[in-house]
Amino acid sequence: MKIRLLFLFVALSGFVSATSELVEFSDPSYRARYQQLITELRCPKCQNQNLADSNSPISLDLRNEVQRLLEDGLSNQEIETYLTKRYSAFILYRPEVNKNTYLLWISPLIVLLVGGLAVARFSRRSVSVTKRQEIATDNNERLNNLLSDEEDD
Amino acid sequence: MIRLALFVPFALFVALSTILLLGLDKSPTELPSALVGKKFPSFTLIALNEERGMLSEEDITGEVALVNVWATWCYACRIEHAMLNQLNEQGVKVIGLNYKDERESAKNWLDLRGDPYAFSIFDVRGSLGLDLGVYGAPETYLVDARGVIRHRRVGVVDERVWSNEFQDLYVQLKEESQ
Repeated sequence: MKIRLLFLFVALSGFVSATSELVEFSDPSYRARYQQLITELRCPKCQNQNLADSNSPISLDLRNEVQRLLEDGLSNQEIETYLTKRYSAFILYRPEVNKNTYLLWISPLIVLLVGGLAVARFSRRSVSVTKRQEIATDNNERLNNLLSDEEDD
Repeated sequence: MIRLALFVPFALFVALSTILLLGLDKSPTELPSALVGKKFPSFTLIALNEERGMLSEEDITGEVALVNVWATWCYACRIEHAMLNQLNEQGVKVIGLNYKDERESAKNWLDLRGDPYAFSIFDVRGSLGLDLGVYGAPETYLVDARGVIRHRRVGVVDERVWSNEFQDLYVQLKEESQ
C-alpha cells in the first residue's frame, strides 16, 4: 500500500514541476538578477502582484522581455528604465525618489515621528497619573489617621 | 493652547478623509501614460492583410489618426467595434493594431463586423504592444500628424468617452495639421 502511494506521489510530482516554467540563461549569474527583477517589477494589469507571482499573459510577456534584456547585457537599472519608458513608474515596486514619490518615501518617518511624540506624551501623562494616585493614597492615609485619632478621643 | 490641541485629531481626520475621498474618483486600473507627448515607437511589422506588405511608423504619420489595439479574443473589442465603424464613417482615420491574434480569425472578424481600419498592423508577438506599454485590449491612441501620441485611452471608446476625451483634441489637431 505504502509503496503504491509512493509511486502515486512520485508520478504526481512530475506534474508539479511541469507546470512551473523553465527559464534558461547563458550566464548563471543572470538567474539571481532575473529573480530580483521580477519580484520588484509590478504586473501592469493586476494591481497588486509582481511579475513573478502573476499568471497573466502580459506578465509572461514582460518576464520574457526581462530575460531578453538580461541576455542583451543591460544592467538592472537600464532594464527598469526601459520598462518605465513604456509602462510608467507604476511598474516599479521600488520607485526612485523624486518630487512625486518623496512623500511615499518619507511617510514611514513621519508616522514614526508622530507615533513617537504620542508615546512620549502619553507616558508623561501616565507618570503624572501615578503621582496623583500616590497623593490620593497619602491623603487617604492621613484621613484615616485623623479619623482613628478622633475615635480614640 | 490646550483647547486647540484637542482639535488636532479632528483636523487629521478631516485631512485624511479629504485625501481618501479624492482618491475614490481615480480608477486604480488606469496607469499613468508614459508615452503621451512622445513619438509613436518605430516598428516594422507586416499588415494583417499580407497584400498590404510591411508597415512602419511612417505609415502612421502624416495625418491625425486613431490607433486602436484590438484582438478577436478581446470581448470588450466586440462592444467597441460599432463605435469604430461609426467614427470611420465620420471620416476619422482609424488604424488597427491587431494584438497577439491569429491572422485568419482576425480577418474573419473584420469580414463579419465591418472593417473600420485604414489598415491593421499584425503584431502577433506583441512587440509593438510592448513598446506602446499596452497591457490590455482595447486601447486607443490619438496620434497627431507628426506622429506624436497625444492621448491614450485604456478600455472601450464609446460615445461618451469620444466626446469627453477625444473629440475636442481631435478637432484641434485636425485644424492644426491643415
